[in-house]
Parts: sequence; C-alpha cells; structure tokens
Amino acid sequence: MTSTQLAPPATRAGAAPAVAVRGLGKSYGGRTVLDGLDLEVRRGECFALLGPNGAGKTTTIEVLEGVRRRDAGEVLVLGEDPAVAGRDWRARIGVVSQGEGAGQELSVRETLDHFAHYTATPRPTAELLAAVGLTEQAGTRVGRLSGGQRRRLAVALGVQGDPELVFLDEPTTGMDPAARRQFWQLVRDLRTGGTTVLLTTHYLDEAAELADRVGVVAGGRLVEVAPPAELGADLRRVATVRWREDGGWREVRTETPSVVLRDLLAATLHEVQGLSVTRPGLEDVYLQLVGATPQGDQR
Amino acid sequence: MTAVLTDRPAPPSTARIALARTALELRLFARERQQVVFAFAYPVVMMVIFASVLGDEERPGEIPFAQYFLAGIAATGIMLISFQAVGTAVATEREAGQLERLQVLGTPPVAYFAGKAGLVLVSVTAQLALLLPVARYGFDVPMPVDLAHWATFGWVAALGALAGTVLGVAVSALPGSASSTTTAVSAFAIVLQFFSGVFFGFLELPGWMQQLAALLPLKWLTQGMRSAFLPEQAGAFEVAGGWEHGRTALVLVAWVIIGTVICMRTFRWRRAEG
Repeated sequence: MTSTQLAPPATRAGAAPAVAVRGLGKSYGGRTVLDGLDLEVRRGECFALLGPNGAGKTTTIEVLEGVRRRDAGEVLVLGEDPAVAGRDWRARIGVVSQGEGAGQELSVRETLDHFAHYTATPRPTAELLAAVGLTEQAGTRVGRLSGGQRRRLAVALGVQGDPELVFLDEPTTGMDPAARRQFWQLVRDLRTGGTTVLLTTHYLDEAAELADRVGVVAGGRLVEVAPPAELGADLRRVATVRWREDGGWREVRTETPSVVLRDLLAATLHEVQGLSVTRPGLEDVYLQLVGATPQGDQR
Repeated sequence: MTAVLTDRPAPPSTARIALARTALELRLFARERQQVVFAFAYPVVMMVIFASVLGDEERPGEIPFAQYFLAGIAATGIMLISFQAVGTAVATEREAGQLERLQVLGTPPVAYFAGKAGLVLVSVTAQLALLLPVARYGFDVPMPVDLAHWATFGWVAALGALAGTVLGVAVSALPGSASSTTTAVSAFAIVLQFFSGVFFGFLELPGWMQQLAALLPLKWLTQGMRSAFLPEQAGAFEVAGGWEHGRTALVLVAWVIIGTVICMRTFRWRRAEG
C-alpha cells in the first residue's frame, strides 16, 4: 500500500470503521481462545469471520456485542467500547442470536410486537414479517416453527430496532440448502439497505457468497483478510502441472505453468498422457490458511 | 466516547418495558395450562383433602383444623407462586437463551424482575380469590373479622410474595441446569412447608426445627396469616405467646432486602462462561 494521508478521525466520524479491534485476547481457565486478534470492519460492508469450530469466532463476536469480557486488547464498536457502552449504544447494534424469542407459546407476530416495546425506533411488524418472509406464519406459535423459520424470526428481531451494525453468529448452521439460500438473500438485502453486517461462519461458500471481505480466523488470530476472490492470493499463484510419464505420474508446482508446459511440449513428440494444470480452489486455500497457522510464535 | 452523533431518540423507559414484561408474563402464564392448573389447584386440593380428612380435629385454643390449615396453605400457595415458580422460570428462560436476547437489547434487569413480580401479584390474587371462597363455603372457615384483620392479611401476603419473588430470582443463579434447579427448589419448598407449621401445629415441632424455620420467611408468612384468620386469643398458642406483627414484618422485609442484594450481585443473563 502506498502511503496515504491520515485524516484526523474526529472530523471524519462517518468514515470511522464500524468495528476496530487491536490485540484482542481472551482465555478460559488457562486455555487461550483469542491470542492478539486484530480486526477492522468498514461501515456498510458485509464482513465474514471464517474459521473452523473453536477458532474463536463466537468469542470475538460476543466481545464485540458487549456480552463477554475480554482479557486484553482495544475494542471500538461504532466508536464505543462495548464493555462499558450503555443502552444508547445497544440501540444502534442488532444481534441475531441462536436463542429463542420470548416463549414457545407466543405467535410470531406477538413476539415481534412484544419486543417492539424495547426500542425507540421499532420497524413496523408487518414490514419485518414481509422482509423475512414470515407473513404467512405471523399467527403461528414460535414453538411450531421450523428451524429455518425460527432463524428468520431471529433476523427480524435482530434488525427490529433499525440497527447500524448487525451481528450474525453462524446464522445458517443446521439449515437445509433451500432455507440457506433464502437466508443469504435476507443478508444481502440488509447490506443493500446500508446496514453493516458482521457474520461468522465455518462454511466457505457462505463467506464467498455474502461477504465483501473475509477474515480467516485460526488459532485465535486473524491470519488473512481479503475479498473472497482474492483470498490466499499467494497460495493460489502456485499451479500444479501434472502428467504421465514412463508409467508413473509426474508433478511440478510452479508459478509459471505456461513456461513449464512450453518446455514439456517441446520435449515430447507424441501426446502427453493425462496432462492437467490445476490451481488451488478457495477451499484448498482456506484449508492451507487454517492449517498453516504458525504454532511457533504464540506468546 | 460519547461524541458520536446519532439522532436516535432515547431508549424506552424502564417502566414501559416493565409493563410490557408484565403483559407478556401474564399472557404466557395463561397459555401454559399445566402451570396454571398446578399453581391454582395445589392449595385448593390440599385444603379439600386435609379439611375433609382432619375436619373434626382441633388445634390448641379450640381452633377447628380447617381454620388453622387455611392460613398455612394460603401461605404455601404464595410461596409456590413466588419463590418456586419464579426460581424455575428464570432458570429455564436463561437456559433457553431468552435472557440473552434481553441482554443484547440492553434491558434493565429491574424491568425483567418487575415483570415477574407483576405476574406473581396477579396470580397470587387470583389464587387467594379461589382458595378463600372454597374454605369459607366448603368448610365454614370464618374470614378475617374486620378491616384491620383484612389489612393484616393484605400486607402479610404482599410482603411474603415480594420476598418469595426476589428469593426466587436469587436462587435461579445457582449453578447447574434448569432442571436441577427446578428439582432443588421444589424439594426445598416441600421440606420448608413441614418445618414452617403449614401441616402440623408449629408448637408441636421439635425445637431445632422451629428455630431453623424461624430464620426463613415461610414460618412468618404462615404466622402472619394465622393472625388474620384466627381469633385474637389464639395468639397465646404461638411460640412467643402473641402474633408478633412487628417481628413478622421485620423478618419479611429483611428477606426482601437480602434477596434483592443477592439478585443484584448474582443475577446473570446467560449461563456461566464455559
């Protein structure tokens, strides 16, 4: 990156990041979960925290939501420290949680109507129902909703107060493919509407589908941040040229596959058997990133 | 840093949320039939059984058994609806993740407690409105004789319900699953009834049991109820030879304060950190 003039933060409050985290640390009973995690989420983007189970994604989100204490690091969410921020701050964030609403015996509409009392700026219930596709289920008791419908109700509750920033923690875990696609559309609509979205997922396709930028978490740190298409750019530059020769497979890993090919073809008069050139897919890159976490330099 | 500019209006007041919580609690209560039946039926069923079986017996001071028992079972009903029901409900709601939602919405804990108290108030009133006529017309138990006795009945019931509610919230903070909390609270409530002179005359209990019970609110709630329902001279058969209204109020208020302090120190929206 070329050197850029740093704008004085006070005069550009609107452009300040939605989330700014530096050196976040957290351990449970001696087990380190977060080990100096840095993170920046820009206003208006959809950012996915991607990582395997136990990488520290949920802990990170919970610290940002102000429901879990951190051991170390600086955290600013919408310009305030979540550990001490008050109700005015809470009104500006939305949390889509796994837990149920207010009770199994309450209908979807009653649940939304109830929680409308907690915010000064509730979106109309009918509008919310339509936005998450639950208009037909408005009269259904929450206890009788399917898993996917329940998750959509959770989204409706998360955005009810018209938040500037929405947290989604593994929102599609356990959903069937059709429900997942519907859900993705919901998240896209949110982002289109100008809401900043921070989601965690351990599904690569979900991150690729939804996020403007993906942050890969492994070993309690952010090991890479990039738009999905550019994730692991260094790793992806290496292609593998593979062919059969003398009854066995030969494989060359190179950043210049065309040069390798030109030499190979020039040296061979007949057809090269089983020739292929492959580059690592997103999944390969991800697995390498997650597996390639440096173990040696942990404090 | 409070310099961030927002044109959002201030969040709704605690009172407004408390009101919404109370309406919600009542609606949910009415829909959970088991809970309704148990809460309302238990004291009435016990009244009918005990008064039918032991109806001919008398308590010291020539008090018919049914009259003595009404005071005890009314007190028990209040404890079940406040202490037991609130304790198990809070633990269950926490386990289901409902309280996490309240936390992320920035709900003042007091508003949540107020909703519970509102439910207790309404359901205690309804329960007593069912129990008293059954005792009066089914078993000829006289009602409080004058306004002063009704007033005693009122403040004893209110203080008992309040103490039960805060202690219910307090006990929900015990570690363990919601079902283990439910079991522990129910077992404790049953034993406490026997210790506190609900079923047996308090004077018939062994001394150590009396002394233990005297530290806890149910004994005082029961005694206060007797002072409202029993004739004045029956006070002579209490441990202290009188109704001890001052001490009753003192102990119940003390428990309200103790319970509130425990709540403020131990109340959690979520399960303990793993």
